[in-house]
Amino acid sequence: MEFVTRFKNALFLVAVLLAQAIALAVQVRGPANSSEPNGEKVRLIRLWVIGAVTPFERGTHAVGSGVQKIWFNYIDLRHARQENEGLKRQVAQMRIDEAAIAEDALQGRRLQALLQFRQRYVGSTVPAQVIGNSATDQSHILTIDKGSSDGLRPDMPVITPDGIIGKLREVSSSTAQVVEINDQTSGAGVILESTRIRGILRGTVAGRVQIGNLTADSRIKPGEHVLTSGGDQVYPRGLPVGVIESIKPDPDHQPYMAITIKPTADLNRVEEVLVITGIQPDLSEQAQQDLATAQAKRAADLSAEKLPGIHDDQQNNRPPTAGDTTTAPGSSDEPALKAPRPLPAIHPDRYSTGATPPASDLSPGVANPAVPQQIAPPAAPKARKPTLPANTPEQQEPQ
Amino acid sequence: METSTLESMVTRSYMSRREVEQQSFHVLATLLIPVVALLLQVMLPRISPRFAILDLPLIVTLFFAVSRRSPIAGTTTGAVIGLLQDLLSGMPAGVNGMAKSVVGYAAASLGSRIDVENTATRAVLTFCFSLLQSVLLYLIQRRLLEIHGFRVLWLHELIRAFVNLLVAVPVFLFLDRWKRSE
Repeated sequence: MEFVTRFKNALFLVAVLLAQAIALAVQVRGPANSSEPNGEKVRLIRLWVIGAVTPFERGTHAVGSGVQKIWFNYIDLRHARQENEGLKRQVAQMRIDEAAIAEDALQGRRLQALLQFRQRYVGSTVPAQVIGNSATDQSHILTIDKGSSDGLRPDMPVITPDGIIGKLREVSSSTAQVVEINDQTSGAGVILESTRIRGILRGTVAGRVQIGNLTADSRIKPGEHVLTSGGDQVYPRGLPVGVIESIKPDPDHQPYMAITIKPTADLNRVEEVLVITGIQPDLSEQAQQDLATAQAKRAADLSAEKLPGIHDDQQNNRPPTAGDTTTAPGSSDEPALKAPRPLPAIHPDRYSTGATPPASDLSPGVANPAVPQQIAPPAAPKARKPTLPANTPEQQEPQ
Repeated sequence: METSTLESMVTRSYMSRREVEQQSFHVLATLLIPVVALLLQVMLPRISPRFAILDLPLIVTLFFAVSRRSPIAGTTTGAVIGLLQDLLSGMPAGVNGMAKSVVGYAAASLGSRIDVENTATRAVLTFCFSLLQSVLLYLIQRRLLEIHGFRVLWLHELIRAFVNLLVAVPVFLFLDRWKRSE
């Protein structure tokens, strides 16, 4: 008894540590649970704590975003209309571009269908605001303002237009915790864009993102884009993840390499996210409409390429001058896909374009007045030579 | 009157330094200060990710531990604050709880032996206990949880300890106003 009284402080500390150690052991008792360190009771307590903190987070976020909105509304109002018009044009252009890409994807799908491969597309998303961060920099967790009442469930992927952010872990009725891809307990199946090498993405203690299960390969180079592979059954295939930043041998896991990825989404400054709540086997209605638009546009473009231009203006007819420069294909100044017209010949002859008068002005048996007299009539075999464009090498040769 | 003063002096002479300077806090302060620290810890990184280096729960644990000078109170404060921090950060409950329990116990034990009202002492204490917590977190994650990839960036931990030191001094001065001497 005297022993207990004398060492009561130390004994109390030991008891507290022992209780927490047992709790830790219960939470992470097996490797299968290592990424989800939650027993059911701990999960419940965690949800209570998150629920208690959330109102304060919401309040602070509301006040902060309110002040921010007032300020930025004032600043941005003057240029809002011009910016809006510019953005609308940009969106329209991007939708056309996206549809063109979707057409290629459709072709890929047809090929995949032949191989009985089932593709998955993002079907529905829920936008959410980030209202809180992790309480320690040992973990990388975000709290968002949507929960199970909005249709969110654990393990749903969270993305931004720039790339993937992470996946949901704890979901309460009105909030949810997002484990970012740079958290050390996170993981994702990825594929390198050009080499098609598959790997597993993991977060590190320092908050970096690494692929650690690949051996040295000369094809893997910094700068290569990394996409989700879809193999983890969490993230849909083909979402941008990041760019390879560095490749070094992993001292802890020889002979594997530590391939560090720079995420395309800024994980430190995430404001709004999209939670993917549904995945469907077909493209969305909007994407299908865009695809139809792109197909119609492409058909029109192909027709314009093959048929003679009927809307050539004077701009196209004028002879080239010294100041003319070559315009890059696809630039906005150049009318797209008009039939090319031959340039004027340097040394015109009776075969040159425009040298022959219309058939209605000609009389049978009368010499052609347009033909210069000094040009000798061509020999019979040469006369049967088909007309060549004026700028071909044959015509540019000295007569 | 003189007798009572004499009695009081005699009684005080038999009291330890810890008993003389032991201070308590209002219940509201005891509850609100850790909660506010945790809230700030969660929300400050939203303003700038650099704020994540701060450990306000640790500073509050140290403050309560050295003020109360009771190892049991220090252990309890550290355990509760650490567990709440774990629950809010998605980590297994107990990682920060164990580390802060030890920090609270050690700070309270030390607080009963040295003068912790001095600003320089407080700064040194914060720096040392911040490093101690880093070591404890490393041991818990590497040895207890056996996270093989877990490494400690010691330069980062030194910077963290220094930043905590800079923040702790004014925070301690602010929190001193909530003290109630017994």
